[in-house]
Formats: sequence, C-alpha cells, structure tokens
Amino acid sequence: MDTGSTAWILAATTAVMLMVPGLALFYGGMVGVRNVLNMIMMTFGAFAVVGVLWVVFGYSAVFGDSYGGLGLLGDVTEHAGLGGLLAEDPDATIPPALFAAFQLLFAGITVALISGAFADRLKYSAWLVFAAVWAILVYFPVAHWVFSFDLPDSGVVGGWIVNDLKVVDFAGGTAVHINAGAAALALVLVLGKRRGFPRDVQRPHNLPLVVLGAGILWFGWLGFNGGSALAANNSASVVVLNTITAACAGICAWLLVEKVRDGHATTLGAASGAIAALVAITPACGAVSPLGALAVGAAAGAICPLAIVLKFRFGYDDALDVVGVHLVGGILGTVLVGILGTAAAPSAQDGLLYGGGFDLLGRQALAALVVTAYSFVVSLIIAKVIDLAMGLRVDEATEHEGLDISSHAESGYDLDQLSSGRRSAARGGEQHTTGRPAVDVPQPVPTGADR
Amino acid sequence: MKLVSLLIEPFRLDAVREHYTAAGVQGMTVTEAGAVGIGRTEVYRGSEVSTGLDPLVRIEVLVADADVESVISSATAAGAGGRESGGRLWVTPVEDVVRVRTGERGPDAL
Repeated sequence: MDTGSTAWILAATTAVMLMVPGLALFYGGMVGVRNVLNMIMMTFGAFAVVGVLWVVFGYSAVFGDSYGGLGLLGDVTEHAGLGGLLAEDPDATIPPALFAAFQLLFAGITVALISGAFADRLKYSAWLVFAAVWAILVYFPVAHWVFSFDLPDSGVVGGWIVNDLKVVDFAGGTAVHINAGAAALALVLVLGKRRGFPRDVQRPHNLPLVVLGAGILWFGWLGFNGGSALAANNSASVVVLNTITAACAGICAWLLVEKVRDGHATTLGAASGAIAALVAITPACGAVSPLGALAVGAAAGAICPLAIVLKFRFGYDDALDVVGVHLVGGILGTVLVGILGTAAAPSAQDGLLYGGGFDLLGRQALAALVVTAYSFVVSLIIAKVIDLAMGLRVDEATEHEGLDISSHAESGYDLDQLSSGRRSAARGGEQHTTGRPAVDVPQPVPTGADR
Repeated sequence: MKLVSLLIEPFRLDAVREHYTAAGVQGMTVTEAGAVGIGRTEVYRGSEVSTGLDPLVRIEVLVADADVESVISSATAAGAGGRESGGRLWVTPVEDVVRVRTGERGPDAL
C-alpha cells in the first residue's frame, strides 16, 4: 500500500461525494419553485439506492472476474457484500475498500445525472425503481466494460472496451456521461413532455443555487478525474490541471455563443459551459495536453449550447438538458481523444492530429456508439416496462400543483405569508413548537401607522 | 370619505410617499400589483421567457372629502417627469370606516 496515494484517493473520494449535493443544487435551482425539493430528492434518492446495490453485488458486477472471460459482466457473487475487501492487499497501491468507495460514487452520480431530464413530471416511486433497475442492467455492465482492467497476476478478466478495444476513457466519458445522457433521452421519450412544453414551462427559480451547484461540481470533478489516476502521481496532477482549464475554456465558449446568438452572456450559460466542458474533458483529461484541454473544453462549450436546442426541433422534453450536455459532451470528449490525444500525456496515445492516424479515433468512436446504443435501447425497455407496470407519470393536477407538495408533502420555501403553517395536534404539533407562531396568537397591533 | 387608489411604477413609490406625507396623508397601504402586458423578457439557455406582467404598486389612502384634491395633486406631482408613466389614480366613495381597536366610526376613524 502506498500511503501517499491512499491519502489522495481518500481526499478525492470526499471531494467526489460533494458532487451529489452539488448536482442536487445545480438541478434544483433550474426547476420551478414548486419542484425544487422533488428535483433534489431525485438526485439524493437515486444515489442512495445505488449505494445500497453497490454493496450487495454492484461492485462485484463491475469489478468481479468477467463471466466466461467475455468482458461483458463481472461475477456478481465474487465480491458480494464486500466482506472480502476488509483486508489490506499488500500488492495494491490503495486499499481495496477505498477503491470500492471511490467507484461507488461514480455509480451513484451517473444514475443521479439522469434525473435532470425528466424534471417536473415523473413519479418518485417510478424513478427509484428505474434507478435501481438501470444501475443493474446498464451501469454495472457498462462500467465493467470501461473501468475493469484485466489483472494478469490474479487472472481476473476485465471489460472488453478497456482491455480488448483499448479505448482511452480516463474517468468515464462513456460509462458515466454518454451512459446517463442516452438513458435520459430514452426515458423522456417514453415519459413524454411536460404540460406546456415548450412554451409554458417554468423558468429556473434560483440561479445562485445553480452556480453554487456548478462550482461544487467543478470542485468535486477534480477528485473525480484526478482520483481516477488511482495514485498520487504525475498523471493525477496533469489530469487536475486539464480539468480546471477545460472548464474555463468551456465557460468562455458558451458565453461567446450566447452573446452572438441571444445577445447576452448569461449566468446559466456560464454554469452550463463549465459543466459541459467538464463532461467532455472527463474521458480526455489524461490524454491531451493543456492546450488540448482548452480545445476540448471550448468545443463542448460551443457545441453543447447548439445541441440543447435540438429538443425544441425534435420535440423531446429534456428539461435540464442532460442529453445536450452529458450525451453530446460525453461523445465529443470521447471522440476528441482520438483527434487530440498525444503520446506525451499520461494516457500515451497519439490521436489523428499527432500522427496516430485513424486507429484511436475509430476505437473511440466505436466505444461511444456502442455505449450510446446499449444504454438507449435498454433504458427504453426499462422505462416502457415500468410505465406498464406502475406508471411513470404523475397526473395532471399533480403536475400543476408541483411535485414538492404532492410527492413529498413539503414546500421548498416558506413564501406564503398568509398560510405559513400550523402543526396539527394529531401529528405531534403540541409537542413541537419550533415553528412560527400559529395565526391565532395575538400579535402586537401597530397603532396609528395605518390610519 | 374617499378611497384614493393609485397604481404606479414601483420606482415612484418613494416620491409618492414623500408627496403624500407633505400633503398631510397619515397612513397608506401599498400592495404589489402587475399590469398584464409584456413584462421582462429573460433568456435561459437560448429560450426566451416573458414574465407577462409589468410590475406596479397600488397605493391606497382613505381621506376626508375635503382632502381629495390635495392628494390628487400630490400624486400627479410625484408621477410627473422622468420616464413616461402609465400610472392611474381613481377615487371611490367610502360608505363607512371603523377603527377596529376603538370602535370609532366615520370621519373620526380616519
């Protein structure tokens, strides 16, 4: 065990954990005021479900020995319950339990990413079922393909994309972003549009929350990408540098597109530009030079704002642009590795621009295509089955009322001066008097002021 | 007794308040209101959103009949000049007024 590397991955894991509330705020601020809690709960709930599955057999499905040596799915029983990860592995750089914790966050965040697409209209119960089934049928296999390296010493066979196709995907452009984006597209196609889309949908209710969320995500992303080096070394350092700078380029590019197209550089555009670039640099962060990282970030920042308006042309209601940012940004970053990759970077593969020819580009494009197709098709089937079995959509009245009240019996903000709430005695109100005074408490009367 | 209601742009509220106070008006009620119109146009990820309401405030005062003209002239003074104002003022007769705390009625309750 390398204590330096262990310390860095411990720190990276804690940083990535912050991406969960970061994502919840990023999405939560973008929805209307009556759906903010629901949006946050979609993110938290999905993460929690996947965290439980991860212990039971998820980790094993991703990092267990591949069934039949095919590289398609890990042995779900090999590490089931994670009891075998308690002992230190003398040959490994970091403890196996730490690796399992770090990778748990990837699984949980990937599923949570989907939740922005279906804002304001999906049943909470249906989402948690979708999240669980999708993690099992889509994330675990795809993460196995992409993240599970062969371990020749112990004879463990890993996934086909990373070992056989030898695709460069440093931190999950395919397994995380393309995967989530394609699932989001499938789910909204089955689910249908929000009532009123595209004209009468609520504007973002709290842009400061969106920017705060984006900033927290950016911070966490340094752990996400930098920790994917799985060691405290030069590779992690290059990756961190590339991750920061790509996001800067993404913000600049997105704002430029907005200024030219819409006339204003917007706050939401700045936050979106950072996230789009971070998505695109995720597969590429170890493969490109710092200038290459600027190019990847700028490409995402320029193309994603053009891609998100496709939802208006084709009529799929991807509410918070998970498709336009994560699917498009993920494909872009994965494919750009094949063009901008340089042997001088940690991943050490030359792309088209550095004389590597079309070989790497072809493999990158194939991986992007396969993951898009697999995730889209399986997600479509899962969504259809859940729709038939329990229904995906809330009813019309619920949609008008907002999902905070109907799904969770709460409101995000106490905005209603005339009915700020009394606790009913039947539900324990007499014991808890921490709320506001009830309306029948005598208030001091301002004298003369309203003559 | 009259109820004098004034609908005016929010940025003029302070001027109205000063003019009313100078005219001897001792209490006023202010309500946020909106005129159906264009409102602001905002842009979110390239799609335009119009708020649909132009913000206004409604300033209401209860005055004795003899004070109505001075209140009207202070309102027009406060609303004059600067940007074009779409504000309106109207006067409504009031049948009775009761001071809830003491039970005084009519002009005594003003």
